[in-house]
Amino acid sequence: MNELQTILSDSVNGLLAERVTKALVQKAEEGDFPTALWNEVEANGLTRVLVPESQGGAGGTWADAAIVLKAAGEHVAPLPLADALLANWFLVQAGIEVPDGVTTLLDGAFTLEGGKLSGEASGVPYGRNAAHGVAIVKGEVVLVPLEGAAIEPGLNVAREPRDRVVLKGAEATAKKTALPENAMKLYGALIRACQMAGALGYLSSQSVAYANERTQFGKPIGKFQAIQQQLAVLSTQAAACGVVTDHACAQVDKRGAEAAFEIAVAKIRVDDASSIATSIAHQVHGAIGFTYEHGLHFATRRLWSWRAEFGAGSEWATMLGRETIAAGADALWPNVTAR
Amino acid sequence: MQPFRFDLCELPGETEGLRQEIRAFLAEELKQIPKVTRAQTWSGSDPEFSRKMGAKGWIGMTWPKQYGGHERSFFDRYVMLEEMLAAGAPVGAHWIGDRQSGPLLLRFGTEEQRQKILPRVAKGECYFCIGMSEPDSGSDLAATRTRAEKVDGGYRVNGTKLWTSGAHTAHYMIALFRTDFAAEAKHSGLTQFLVDLKNTDGITIRPIKDLAGNAHFNEVVFEDAFVPDNMLVGTEGSGWGQVTAELAFERSGPERYLSSFILMVEMIRELEKRGGEEGAREIGRLVAHLVTLRQMSLSVAGMLEKGENPALEASVVKDLGAIFEQDMPVRAHELLGIAPGIGTGNDYEDVLGYLTQTVPSFSLRGGTREILRGIIARGLGLR
Repeated sequence: MNELQTILSDSVNGLLAERVTKALVQKAEEGDFPTALWNEVEANGLTRVLVPESQGGAGGTWADAAIVLKAAGEHVAPLPLADALLANWFLVQAGIEVPDGVTTLLDGAFTLEGGKLSGEASGVPYGRNAAHGVAIVKGEVVLVPLEGAAIEPGLNVAREPRDRVVLKGAEATAKKTALPENAMKLYGALIRACQMAGALGYLSSQSVAYANERTQFGKPIGKFQAIQQQLAVLSTQAAACGVVTDHACAQVDKRGAEAAFEIAVAKIRVDDASSIATSIAHQVHGAIGFTYEHGLHFATRRLWSWRAEFGAGSEWATMLGRETIAAGADALWPNVTAR
Repeated sequence: MQPFRFDLCELPGETEGLRQEIRAFLAEELKQIPKVTRAQTWSGSDPEFSRKMGAKGWIGMTWPKQYGGHERSFFDRYVMLEEMLAAGAPVGAHWIGDRQSGPLLLRFGTEEQRQKILPRVAKGECYFCIGMSEPDSGSDLAATRTRAEKVDGGYRVNGTKLWTSGAHTAHYMIALFRTDFAAEAKHSGLTQFLVDLKNTDGITIRPIKDLAGNAHFNEVVFEDAFVPDNMLVGTEGSGWGQVTAELAFERSGPERYLSSFILMVEMIRELEKRGGEEGAREIGRLVAHLVTLRQMSLSVAGMLEKGENPALEASVVKDLGAIFEQDMPVRAHELLGIAPGIGTGNDYEDVLGYLTQTVPSFSLRGGTREILRGIIARGLGLR
């Protein structure tokens, strides 16, 4: 890790480890948005990792952002931290000033006419808590205040707000960018994949810790080979996801939206891993891990939600496979090694 | 915290020239070799091909020049390995010597052993096999029973090595023998030896047919075979530690996820013919796993280049890699439903036929799945 990365890692992991308590996540699930924590996250610049220093950001790369995104997943922070980080990056791409407060992503169907935004998006992360939304309409990045928006509340299975947001002629700021048409889904998949990699790392370390504590038949269950073998599998899945998301972020830094290939690879791989890993983590934890009282489910329910957001692995796999087959059998290896 | 670390590792740009040079070489050399033969890749022995690779300087690439090596980087070597494997080059004859016996001798061998043997290995003329497993010592390697008793000027060896790949073509075996027979010396009583398989009396090599009818592994019986003192590798009683270090080399390469790659290519070729969307999702998934494994494998190469010990990381990649390799014939069957064949002349059917029968060995050779996961569990602090 370079100096900025060490600072970011200490800052985000220190803050979230201390402040994201079980009580705080539970209250968030009951609808109590952790405003104080959000303010600290913003004050620490964590939503502005990808914003240039001249605009009050850290001027970081996606490799730097990966540290924050993974931490957000690992600590199950009940905040739209990843979403805001991406929304702010979109704004920077367009040269639109980044506002304070909660900014979320509007992934829906919108039209822009005379600087006014109309349309709707469903599944908007923390739409009810957001002061602003960012949409991409025909290559233009659009920043819109959400004060007057009609918001229909909804939840994903992690009980994170996923709201329907309807806008009718809302005053907006819009600017052209070079972002691809599918930028929202593409980069959305990247931030979710990174969060998932973080959550998978948590599942691995938490499950190992539990297996070392829980005693049955007179010894910690982690001493049984059947459990050891399962935990080994869980850890290798988590390790694979750590690498593949780092790789995707590094490639975005290197080649921008041409890294769509690596983003697809990451979302597919992480989706596959999450199905294996959540199953093992729950099996190792036994009945206690199936209770609301134990915190394991905060991570597993997020993984079950996130793996389908911004395109499930199967959707990305179909796209990637179509391209691979179209390029032809003998192009596979040269294409893989050219990147 | 995870006990293993996979830092990203990007191949330096200057390896690209080598990659293109190797591709041009392979395009010419492999023209006449059928796909089903290529599917054997690092299990396929072709001394003539090995000598050509030696002449190109592609064996012992990272070794010192004084021992016939080429003092190139681990990244150059990595590029060579992955290009050979992806193309299905018959690299089996020199594979073990290049991968692990050479590095072992560089580290623990005597000056005489290095000077006498390594230049021949690098030329692609001298081949190795590994004498570890025995009838009663498979995963429990420290249960090795083959006895090397001290006699005047050397050791008298009695016992049997089993599943020794390539013993019938190899010039030398790096063998793990027991030199201390006390019960409490299970690990500390083991010693590694170089055994000259072509010039030693009392050694019988009997090929064992595998389930597909191929004979690439063997039973090697030692009956009062004499191994001179100057063939001891490292120090007496240090065999266990040396073998453990050697296994890191054995498990760290791209051959641990690319053994079925050729089938993936042929699957895509079949789907190309069918057109449309068929199989796209499954191929996309395989590509995602392939790319992930390559990044993990590159990360291990980066550790080797930095002089770090990737033993644990190599076990992780080998375990995940074997799943990927073994899954390939299953995916092919589900996707295309074409029967595996023998000698049909159809590339897809024959490659599928070979690999369907061969993949069970991928999670046995070089350490079983269960042993690797045990190593990983130890790394996790569970044992």
